[in-house]
Amino acid sequence: MSFQSTGEMKQLALERGIPLWQAVMEADAEEQDITPEASMEKMRFIWEAMKDAIRGYDPNMLSRSGLVGAEGGKMEQYAALGDTFCGPFVSKIVARALMMGCSNACMRRIVAAPTAGACGVLPALLYTCWEERDCSDEEIVHALYACAGFGQVIANRASISGAQGGCQAEIGSAAAMGAVALVALKNGTPEQMEDACAMALKNLMGLVCDPVAGLVEVPCVKRNVIGAMDALSAGDMALAGIHSTIPADEVIDTMGRVGNAMSPRLKETAKGGLAISPTAKAFTARWKAGEE
Amino acid sequence: MNLFDILGPVMVGPSSSHTAGAVRIGLMGRKLLGQQPTNAEILLHGSFADTGTGHGTDRALVAGLLGLEPDDSRIPDSFSLAKERGMAFTISPVSLRDAHPNTAVLRLQGENCPGVELQASSVGGGRIQVDRLDGISVKFSGESNTLIIHNQDKRGLVSEVSSVLSFCGINIATLQLFRDKRGGTAVMMIEIDHSLPAEALRLLEKLDGVMKVTYLQVKE
Repeated sequence: MSFQSTGEMKQLALERGIPLWQAVMEADAEEQDITPEASMEKMRFIWEAMKDAIRGYDPNMLSRSGLVGAEGGKMEQYAALGDTFCGPFVSKIVARALMMGCSNACMRRIVAAPTAGACGVLPALLYTCWEERDCSDEEIVHALYACAGFGQVIANRASISGAQGGCQAEIGSAAAMGAVALVALKNGTPEQMEDACAMALKNLMGLVCDPVAGLVEVPCVKRNVIGAMDALSAGDMALAGIHSTIPADEVIDTMGRVGNAMSPRLKETAKGGLAISPTAKAFTARWKAGEE
Repeated sequence: MNLFDILGPVMVGPSSSHTAGAVRIGLMGRKLLGQQPTNAEILLHGSFADTGTGHGTDRALVAGLLGLEPDDSRIPDSFSLAKERGMAFTISPVSLRDAHPNTAVLRLQGENCPGVELQASSVGGGRIQVDRLDGISVKFSGESNTLIIHNQDKRGLVSEVSSVLSFCGINIATLQLFRDKRGGTAVMMIEIDHSLPAEALRLLEKLDGVMKVTYLQVKE
């Protein structure tokens, strides 16, 4: 089954007396008509691919437009000096979110999570927790199930596509999933996962999709950073016992409604937002001319 | 939406629709031709034409035609790979009527086989749909095992095809029929639940009125 509400996921976990991640995993195995172990194997493959993607970043590459590529390396170098506002843990997350955004723009192998443009949020958070906070591979795989379940609800009730819902549907959804994953890593309750999802999604609501020259580069690469920061703060707030006044399903529905109300100019068409700023227009004209 | 459409696919960036989907369109063309093309004419429509270069849509389509999967790190180098493997190709823009913004047309020629022309669109998240096949409007995704039968539009052929499948123990999941005109060329698009035994393929090819049988296997 494909989950239509966060309540459905909680209910299934409750009925079967199992953790939420396991309910999501079993539902996937049933839907695909495979064994639970086969589903787990697929998720382990996803996690390994995320690790490979982080390690495969090369600071010397440049995207085809030349706009991005080195940002991840610059942030990593700066963070290594040990004098950042964000502190070592968060600075690493910032650097890795940039690395993944750059790798994606430079045609490297990544994991769409939930989309290619938003591929940096989850690996930046999870890799850094895995490395710095001693989270095991198994715990991360469980967290990936929990967050994929929430992602599925978002896709079913609203959208995970920038063309349909703006950047809030891509980076916003990735942030909500990241917040859920963090709560799962701390063995938080399903209600805390709902709160984390709701708060992360609320805090990026209305974000438009305005790629310069239509490329997944500017502002997409750096928006992976705000997605990861949003997830961190929402995850911690939920674990602190802070509730979202508006329940997760209603926030998701609202995100979908806001996406529908957004002008098509602000939904991946490169006809609005930053994409029509004077600098972007000048770049686009130069780039198109160079192409021909 | 499937859980592994939310976390996944594992793919070469930057865009699931413009890159991963484009690889899948190329792969579909290769499968429909039944071999690696010797010559490929690639036409790009809409957003594929406008932002295709920046998204690597061109290289992704060529990579698919060479049999590379969407997560193959060689996708950015597919042009030189095509040269090595002896596949000639051209890429140009086209303006189609009533087509999805992310659409490509592939005209493929192989060695000692009839060519194939398909029009396919990348409909989001890396999923694709074939919209035209050899001049006939069709609609299929290639996400299930699919049998494509080019045939003369004549009475009783659907019944004969379904008898062969039933005889071989195959359940039909979905069945679609398309034709260019009454009595002209028709295409049967049959999605099946299991894999097709080689015997069924032989029997189908022998049926009177069947011109070509193509089988796309995606699941065991």
